Amino acid sequence: MKILLVDDSRTIRNIQKNVLKQLDINNVLEAEDGVQALAIFQEQVPDLLLVDWNMPNMDGITLVRKIREINKTVPMIMCTTEAEKSRVLEAVKAGVNNYIVKPFTVESLREKISQTMTKAGTAAS
Amino acid sequence: MDVRYINPFVNSICNTFETMCGLKVTVGKPELKTGDKPLTDVSSVIGLSGDAAGSVVLHFSFDTASKIATAFAGTKITPEHPDFADAVGELANMVAGGAKSKFEDLSISISLPNVIVGRNHNVSASKSVPRLVIPCTTDAGTFHAEVGMVLVSKTSKGIGQVSTAGANA
Repeated sequence: MKILLVDDSRTIRNIQKNVLKQLDINNVLEAEDGVQALAIFQEQVPDLLLVDWNMPNMDGITLVRKIREINKTVPMIMCTTEAEKSRVLEAVKAGVNNYIVKPFTVESLREKISQTMTKAGTAAS
Repeated sequence: MDVRYINPFVNSICNTFETMCGLKVTVGKPELKTGDKPLTDVSSVIGLSGDAAGSVVLHFSFDTASKIATAFAGTKITPEHPDFADAVGELANMVAGGAKSKFEDLSISISLPNVIVGRNHNVSASKSVPRLVIPCTTDAGTFHAEVGMVLVSKTSKGIGQVSTAGANA
């Protein structure tokens, strides 16, 4: 199980890594913007991505669209402060499988990851 | 004071700090920012653009910022830690993002956070976008939030002309 965390905040990535540890997921890749994430994705396709929206160089919604052009199935969760319904719909249309709004509780993040993995047919541990 | 503009920010401050840091925030009476107060050590600044212009600024002392960043990150974060500015900036990002989502009839973008670190500095407010200073008290110490927001859209439904959050205080 390999997960790619995409967020320009290292603090958020560390919080996410701690949640993944609780799910016994230790194979974690990290990117701080969409450009880095796309390069990593093309080299070592992860089983799931957690993607922030607002990032420098390439934002999360652009990244999601670019990944969906080359991979229709990899599960992606948008994890962002963008909470408006229009934004959620835009992200779903772009191809995300789940959505979590910051601020989030550890429990809600864990639940979204588990839900998404189950739906994708991949065990969370 | 037009609560339509300020309440979303106050609610977002409380929600962000309680959810991410486990800190209950007691909010004091907002006042219009005048002069160079408050002087502060750490400021996290988010710009607003689109149908609204303005900014959200969180001000902390070094001590309070360290305690809050530590509660947020779950590991000790001092001002010398490489993630100090990142943690403080991300909190402001969440505050601004949470508030922005309550203005569903406006298209507002928030900037990436900028964090200023230096003892006793001031973040001046633009004359065209006055800011309200909101005192916030937590178990980790007191901090201030400053919010200034001007509607710039001619088509913002039901709101109409340009108006200013701070100027109506």
